[in-house]
Order: sequence, then structure tokens, then C-alpha cells
Amino acid sequence: MDEFDVVIIGAGPAGSSTAYRLAKEGFNVLFVERSNRPGSKNVFGGRIYSYPFPEIYPDFWKEAPIERYVTQENLVFMTESNSVTMKFDSSSSEGVSTQSFTALREKFDSWMAKKAEEAGALLITGTRVDDLYWENGKIAGIIAGPDTVRSNVVVAADGVVSDFAQKAGLRRELTAKEVSVAVKETIKLPKETIQDRFNLGKREGAAYSFVGSATGYLRGGGFLYTNKETISLGAVVNSEDLSLQKKEIFEIIENFKLHPFIQKLVRGGKVVEYSAHMIPELGVNTLPALFKDNFLAVGDAAAMVINHGYTYRGVDLAVVSGISAAEAIIQARQRGDYSHMGLSSYPDFLKKRGIMDDMNKFKNAPSFLQNARIFTAYPRMVCDFFDRMYTVDGKGKEKIFDIGKDEMFGKVSVLKMLRDMMSGLRSM
Amino acid sequence: MEDGQEARPPNQGLKIVVCIKQVPKGEQLEIDPVKKTLRREGVESEMNPADKNAVEMALGFKDEHGGEVIALSMGSRSFERSLRMAIGMGADRAVLLSDRALAGSDTTPTSYALAGTISLLGKIDLILCGEETSDSSTGHVGPGIAGHLEIPQITYVTEAKVENDKIIAKRQVEFGFETWETTFPALLTVKFGCNRPREPTLSRKIKAKRGNVIQTWSAKDAGLDESKLGLNGSPTIVSTIDTVELPSRKGELFSGNLGKNVSDLISRLVRDGFIRG
Ligand SMILES: Cc1cc2nc3c(=O)[nH]c(=O)nc-3n(C[C@H](O)[C@H](O)[C@H](O)COP(=O)(O)OP(=O)(O)OC[C@H]3O[C@@H](n4cnc5c(N)ncnc54)[C@H](O)[C@@H]3O)c2cc1C
Repeated sequence: MDEFDVVIIGAGPAGSSTAYRLAKEGFNVLFVERSNRPGSKNVFGGRIYSYPFPEIYPDFWKEAPIERYVTQENLVFMTESNSVTMKFDSSSSEGVSTQSFTALREKFDSWMAKKAEEAGALLITGTRVDDLYWENGKIAGIIAGPDTVRSNVVVAADGVVSDFAQKAGLRRELTAKEVSVAVKETIKLPKETIQDRFNLGKREGAAYSFVGSATGYLRGGGFLYTNKETISLGAVVNSEDLSLQKKEIFEIIENFKLHPFIQKLVRGGKVVEYSAHMIPELGVNTLPALFKDNFLAVGDAAAMVINHGYTYRGVDLAVVSGISAAEAIIQARQRGDYSHMGLSSYPDFLKKRGIMDDMNKFKNAPSFLQNARIFTAYPRMVCDFFDRMYTVDGKGKEKIFDIGKDEMFGKVSVLKMLRDMMSGLRSM
Repeated sequence: MEDGQEARPPNQGLKIVVCIKQVPKGEQLEIDPVKKTLRREGVESEMNPADKNAVEMALGFKDEHGGEVIALSMGSRSFERSLRMAIGMGADRAVLLSDRALAGSDTTPTSYALAGTISLLGKIDLILCGEETSDSSTGHVGPGIAGHLEIPQITYVTEAKVENDKIIAKRQVEFGFETWETTFPALLTVKFGCNRPREPTLSRKIKAKRGNVIQTWSAKDAGLDESKLGLNGSPTIVSTIDTVELPSRKGELFSGNLGKNVSDLISRLVRDGFIRG
């Protein structure tokens, strides 16, 4: 039987960062990935927040497969026929901003896995882990096909529908209310076309969030990110809303793509990839536990995702939790104790890195997002307001205040809107 | 092989070499319209499909009779991936013949080089090759190796068994099957799809990645005559390659009554001369 100090299930950002940190520390690490190339099946919007990386990978900015630096943020309210865009430009004179960048998962995840391999971890791809291996009621390794591999610690980094966090008894199955469904298309266009259409420099990138008709007014949002030679376009929709409205996520993205605003941006492009995935909408409150004897969960498997309503953060949190778990395992080795007690510094390392603060700050985000008005009433209001403000039809122009009163206050009470906005601001 | 005619000692297990090539993945095959060659840059590659069947056949022999399976390939360092796959499936070890002098080799130097390498691997009972590669489809290399080693060969084999010191193989021919038998050592080329290649298991993959299981040989290690290798040793000349542009579909939709649609579609196909009425 093969034996390792630590076996990690999954080579996404969470698994690869754990493997990297542990291998650097001299641990004998195996990480097992189901797909043939790390990242090849992993779906995400397209933007990664960069703060955790340079500290972990000293040559990050030189080596990492970055598509474009996000220098342009757009929030678009849309109805079927109109749209209102709020744009924030942050390009510096050098044309780069290091806050966040766009990336393609296959390249990015493969790069992270390669870093872990270079540090000495053993990566096996194309193998699905089937089960946990137990000895005397304790987790003692993994089972894949006919083979068992023993280890002191098992780390579940197997993503959002983590079988293993469930198998270990850390969490229950998610309900429809607690997950959103996402689809994404990758659309190929020449580099120059992308730069012209989005008004970008060579290394600059744009990020868009869409609310309103993008999701057929269901809870969720549309997104668009520019890569070097592709555009990532997609939508995330609450799965409960989908089933209540008897809609399919595929219809939603088809309609979204047909919107004139999107048509102009993706015109002439060729769809080179299509994918669908789930996102947990949990928040830390619903997170039962992150670890137990000989076992830790990291990244999406530990529900480390923050939903800003219109954008997602997950890759950065996956990496921070991966590194924190690795540090806890390093301490456990010093104590010679891989039990729950021995691993108990995991949440402390998470706190030290500020991640728990972030998660706590956003813990109300899911309930804020449960509020359907944001996705139904407000986009229409905003669009109608501007529509009437800019309409000249010879029948006499209204005063802006009157338009506002009608549009804003006709559909939703002032009090309600103020309350929504406050709770929104607080959770964002 | 000088001692080729000697009878195989019983109960010793079989020593089998499987020749493997790494090829661009089928669905990603594209011809460069300007250079008229296969596009290989940035294309994912995999073990040649028929070679997987050859590995499976070799492992089946080993399961039944014991012995050793050695995977052999000639090509760049990246070919290690396919050799690892073979070890992941169950091969015991692998040899990669890798040398700049081999670049540009067609099937003539390739069979010469592989035969030379095999002759240094000790006393071999069986050599298995895929029937042909998916990227050039010549089917020359297996027979070429048998020629250089002066041993019997059976090509396009779909099934084979070992009985005492004979090998009995069923081969597919244009209009059916033939069954042949031969003594050891022999070379078989294995028909694509004739068996179900086993999946590499986790433990075997760990072995393939960890252990010192792949040896890399240079042309010199294999005792090859460099003048017979590479472009110089290759008589093939590619004069032109034509690419066929597929006509685009008309995209006509027949909707409404099913029965009427079918008869409309048939009369349209007859009218346009695609089928005879
Ligand atoms: C549509 C969408 C948009 C998003 N947008 C963004 C964004 O713009 N920015 C951002 O930062 N985050 C975004 N996220 C979230 C982000 O994708 C995740 O938080 C992040 O990928 C989590 O990393 P991970 O390593 O925990 O899990 P994953 O990336 O899911 O990796 C898990 C890995 O485990 C493997 N695996 C699973 N089961 C097994 C098994 N049994 N055996 C072996 N291997 C297994 C999988 O193949 C996979 O490689 C988005 C998510 C979605 C769905």
C-alpha cells in the first residue's frame, strides 16, 4: 500500500496551494485530480483577486498565466431594450492595475499545480478519488478504484459539491436554495478587436456585472470578462428561482446573449467552450465545521466563496484557506498530533489572514441577495428613469424630480428602497 | 536476433515489448493550410489508440503466463507521458529512445531504430505494435521491425493466445478472418478496438511517476548508425497534400406534419440527385 504524509483530493486552487506549501516544508504529499489537466473542467467567471499570491509565490507577477489586468469595472442595469452602465476606470499610467486580473482556469490551475509539483508534491491526474479510507473509526487515507493510499491527513479540496466534506461528516448536502447555477461561454475574438471594442490597452482588461433582464429578473447576475483573445460571458442564477419559474439556465444565457448590448460586444466571435457549474450561497453561518481528526476541508469544499451579488470571489479564498490548512498541518506535525486538537490552529490561521472577517462581513449577503427586488424592480426603475429623462417627444418634458418620483416611488415604497440599499451597502 | 530460433523454455513467463507512439488527439487533428503538414504545436497528444490495444493484449498475456512487459517509444521527451500511461496500465518499465539525430525520421529509420533498441533488451519473446498510427496511418513500422530482426510477424491481429511454444493469432483481412500460428519470438500488430484497454490505477500511476521506471536512451546507447537516421535516412518525399473543404449545410428545416416532412425530404433528395427515386 502506498503511504504519504498528506493526501489532497482535487488540484484546483485550494488543493494546489495546500500541496505547494506542504511540499516546501518537506512533507511527502500526494494530490489527486479527476480531470486529465488541472483546471480543464473548472468553471469560473474569470477574475482573480491577486492579494494572496505574491507572498506565496515570490515570482508570481513574472510567471503566472495572467490574461489581462482588470482596469475597468462596469455595473450594468438592463431591461430587454435598455441599459444603464456605471463605469469605474482604474487604469494607471502604466496600463496595469494589480488588484485583480482575468485568467483562464486551465492555464491558471495547471500553473498552480506545476508549482506544487516543482516543490516536490506528487500529482496524479485522470484519477477520481472514490472514498475515504477509515481505520478504527478514523480517516486514514483515500480509496480510488482498486487502490488504497494511506496518509496521516486527508485534505478535501474537491470543490463545491464536495463529496468528501460530506463523507467526513463535516457538512450536509446543499439544498436548491443554497446553490446557484452558472453557465459560461468562452468566445474567441482577435486581440485587437477586444481592445478596440472595450477601449483597452494591450494588457488592460474589463469586468462587467449585469443585473435585470440578464437573468430574466431572477436572483443572480450576468458577467463578462475580457481575456487576451477571448471573452468570458455567463450568468449565475439562483436554482430555486429557476425551478419556481420553470426556466432552464440555457434559455437564460441564450436570451442574455441576444441582448443588443451583449450582441455588440461579442459580434463575430466564435464560441470555443461552453460549461455549467454550481456555486454555494452559504455564508459562514451555515458552515458547520472545517476540520476533524486527520481531515480538513479547503476552498469551495469548505464553502469559502463570497457572493457580492454581482460578482464572485472564490479563487483567492481557496488559496488563503489552502495555505492556512497547510500551516495548521505543519503545526500538527510539530506537536505530533493530527487529531482535531492537533489541527485546531486552522481557523486561527484563517482569522490571521483576515478571511474570517471578510466571510463574516459578507455573511448577510445571501439574505440580502434573497431579496428579489434588487433583481426585478430596480433594474427596470433605473432604465425607465433614464429612458424618460432622455425622451423628447414634443409632449412637454417632465421635470427630473417628477420622473424620479414616478419611477422610483411608484413601484416600491421609499422606505423599502432605503432599507434595501442600506442592507445592500452593509453586505457589500 | 541471433538466438531467435531457440525454443522458449517452458514456465518462464513471457518477455514482451510493446511499441508505442504518442500522437495528436484525434478531435484536435488539423492540417496547416499553408505548410500542408499536420499541426502539432499546442495540440494535446495521447497514446496512439491502437497501441493501447497492444498494451492491453500484452498485459493479458502477462496476466495469464507471467513475465515482463516493457513499453518502448521513440520520440521527444514529451512521449514519456504515453510511456507513463502504459506503466499506469500495468507495464513493468519503459524505454524512451530520444535523440536529435532521429528528428524527421519516416518509417524506415524508425523501424531500424526500434529494432536496434529491442535487440539490446535481452531475449524477447513477443513484440506487439498497434496496427497503425492515427497521425500517419502507414502501418509500416511493425512489419519493418520484424524485417530488421528477421522474425515472423502476424499483422492486424484481433485475438491471440499462447500454446506451449507457439502463438496462435486471428487476423482481420478484408473479407473475414484468418488464423495463423508461429513460433517465438514473433511480432504482432494489433487491430484498433480489438479489446478494452484497462484504465491506469492510482497505485500504478504513483509507481509510474515516482519510481525510476523510464530509461532514456540516445541513438548511441542503442548502437544505431546515425547515417541511417533522421531526414537523411528517410526516403519519403511529400510532394503535395490537398485539403478538402467541406460544403456548408443548407440548414433547411422541414416543420409541421411528420409524414409530409418525410416525403418532402425524400423528393428533395431525389430532385437534387443525392438518392435515386
Ligand atoms: C460561474 C462561476 C463564476 C465564478 N466566478 C469567479 C470569479 O470570477 N472569481 C473567483 O475568484 N471565483 C469565482 N468563482 C468561484 C471559484 O470558481 C471557486 O471558488 C474556486 O474554483 C474554488 O477553488 P477550489 O480549489 O476550492 O475548487 P475547484 O476549483 O472546484 O477545484 C476542485 C478540484 O477537485 C477536483 N475533484 C473533485 N472531485 C474529485 C474527486 N472525487 N477526485 C479527484 N478530484 C476531484 C475537480 O476536478 C477540481 O479540479 C466562480 C464560480 C462559478 C461557478
